[in-house]
Amino acid sequence: MITFLFCEKLIVFMIADVHIELKEGVADPEGESTLKALRLLGYKRVKKVSSVRVFRIEIDTKSKEEAEKEIKEICERLLANPVIHRYRINWIG
Amino acid sequence: MDREEIRVAVLRIEGTNCEEETATSFRNLGVEAEIVHLKQFYSDMIRFEDQRSIFDYHCIVFPGGFSAGDYVRAGAIFSARVKSVLRKDLEEFIKYNYPILGICNGFQILAELGALPGFDEDRPISDRPEMALAINDSGRFECRQTLLRVESRKCVFTKEIEKDKLQIPVAHAEGKVVFPRGREEEYLEKLKENEQLVFRYVDDKGNYSGYPWNPNGSFYNIAGICNVTHTVLGLMPHPERVTFDYRKNSFGDGYYIFKSVISYLEKI
Repeated sequence: MITFLFCEKLIVFMIADVHIELKEGVADPEGESTLKALRLLGYKRVKKVSSVRVFRIEIDTKSKEEAEKEIKEICERLLANPVIHRYRINWIG
Repeated sequence: MDREEIRVAVLRIEGTNCEEETATSFRNLGVEAEIVHLKQFYSDMIRFEDQRSIFDYHCIVFPGGFSAGDYVRAGAIFSARVKSVLRKDLEEFIKYNYPILGICNGFQILAELGALPGFDEDRPISDRPEMALAINDSGRFECRQTLLRVESRKCVFTKEIEKDKLQIPVAHAEGKVVFPRGREEEYLEKLKENEQLVFRYVDDKGNYSGYPWNPNGSFYNIAGICNVTHTVLGLMPHPERVTFDYRKNSFGDGYYIFKSVISYLEKI
């Protein structure tokens, strides 16, 4: 975590990985096709493949809570479609 | 309104690629159709003579293509941009009962925007999407002819379709209509009650069949739906690709969709 003194407020630079996954029960043709191809390549012990997208977001913020709130909003407004997706935030720095 | 007075805007951003044939389909009917870049509605970097307002037009079309490279999700970026700069205007436009058409990527944009299924007449654009156009069940890009049954003629885009079954091609990788899990029946009831189901995929005998007749695995074989006021239509097939059948020297099935909306506008 890197901190800067900016305009008398402590601004923190943080990095989050946002995972966008399909909700339980939503078909995942991308995962299924990959599983099929892996089976053909001989990886018979692979049981399931799920497709997950990761967006790395770098953000200036006053606190982790504030950043988390903002990233949740980002997910709901653009990165995920709540009808089929759920999201998970992983702080990595 | 006289036909010559009707102005149609076909919107584009980077990556849309069906705007020419969509505008041509309208021009062939004798109306003025202009291809307008989204920026022309809001950017102050645009020359004065190129600046536009939504209310310069009587019909807005979101054409097919791969807007913003289909990044994030098909239609997600176009709809986010529309929502941030045009939401209020677009809601007014819908409330005035001016028609909006979304073809293929355009349907994805309208779904992401929350303009479809559009159950609430007073808030024509919902805060969050209420449906999704998910990846085709086949996991592939499906480019093929489809047969569609016209389910409702209440929609302003289908009023003048006489045929029961239309042949219109699809070309998409994300076209499977999905409603929130566990609430599909509730949504379906609402769609039926309001006569919002417009097109459904059928087979050559007219039955609602599975793949390949339903090219994407769409719920209830849905190919196109309109909003509750029947003025906003989204459909996955491309009517602008079949407005004239040169082999038969007659109109193609897509023609009647454009003709219907022009007739509707003439009556306003």
